[in-house]
Amino acid sequence: MADNKPLVPNFGDESTGRKMAIICSKGNLDMAYPGLILGNAALGEGVEVHLFFTFWGFDMIHKKRQKKLKFSPVGNFAMHLPIGGIRMPQWLAWIPGMQPFATWYLQHKINKLEVPEVPGFLDQISASGGHLWGCKMSADMGGLTMEDLRDDVEDIITAADFIEMTEGAQVLFI
Amino acid sequence: MPTQDMLGREIHVDDEGFLTEYDEWDEKLGAELAKNIGVEMTDEHWKVIAFLRKDYESEGTTATTRRVNSIGGFPVKLQFELFPQKPAKKMAYIAGLPKPAGCV
Repeated sequence: MADNKPLVPNFGDESTGRKMAIICSKGNLDMAYPGLILGNAALGEGVEVHLFFTFWGFDMIHKKRQKKLKFSPVGNFAMHLPIGGIRMPQWLAWIPGMQPFATWYLQHKINKLEVPEVPGFLDQISASGGHLWGCKMSADMGGLTMEDLRDDVEDIITAADFIEMTEGAQVLFI
Repeated sequence: MPTQDMLGREIHVDDEGFLTEYDEWDEKLGAELAKNIGVEMTDEHWKVIAFLRKDYESEGTTATTRRVNSIGGFPVKLQFELFPQKPAKKMAYIAGLPKPAGCV
């Protein structure tokens, strides 16, 4: 039965002013991804997104360190072996070479899904209109300046600046 | 599955209005779909849509903005300019494809 009224998806073009603030506080490879994936998804839905990089998360926007994020199974009890899905015993997590191997393996699994590595992912987020901010206290602690950060980082700002800027935003702390 | 009359043809769509039959689409219909959501099509728009159609044919899934960039060669920024706010869904709609299922 044909209906004359065209059924058109609602793309919500009338802006709702929805805003999201994502605080990235971790610098391990596995913990870098959640903020990037959610931020990217929000941008694709037309949401205004601000990412604030603080403490260990500061490495994610550091020109050199962002390429060398690591993953370790130490202390991670949800880590399963690639074969048989057996939980990885913690003594195995400590053996020499495990950290580079686990880092390689995780990145390999992510790449296979065509999900970019952290620097490329941030490229995509800023190309999609996402805003990147560095934390002032983290910069001061590490003796870092804007020179050390990706060119698309808009500024190094204080926590108060960030709170002010993200008024009314939904906040995710990762 | 609802159907609707477009350009004098009976078109199969899902509950939101995305086409469900790959072969029911042609450029004339694409132009009509674009009009429905207020996108004015240019040559650049059509190039992106042509890529999505071709990619779906070979992959069986709708390309995400990431893939339209990395495989299609259309920068993400351009995609947002051509199909503002929600490029992935808008591109899929105009191309007569399902919404992309990938997270990234």
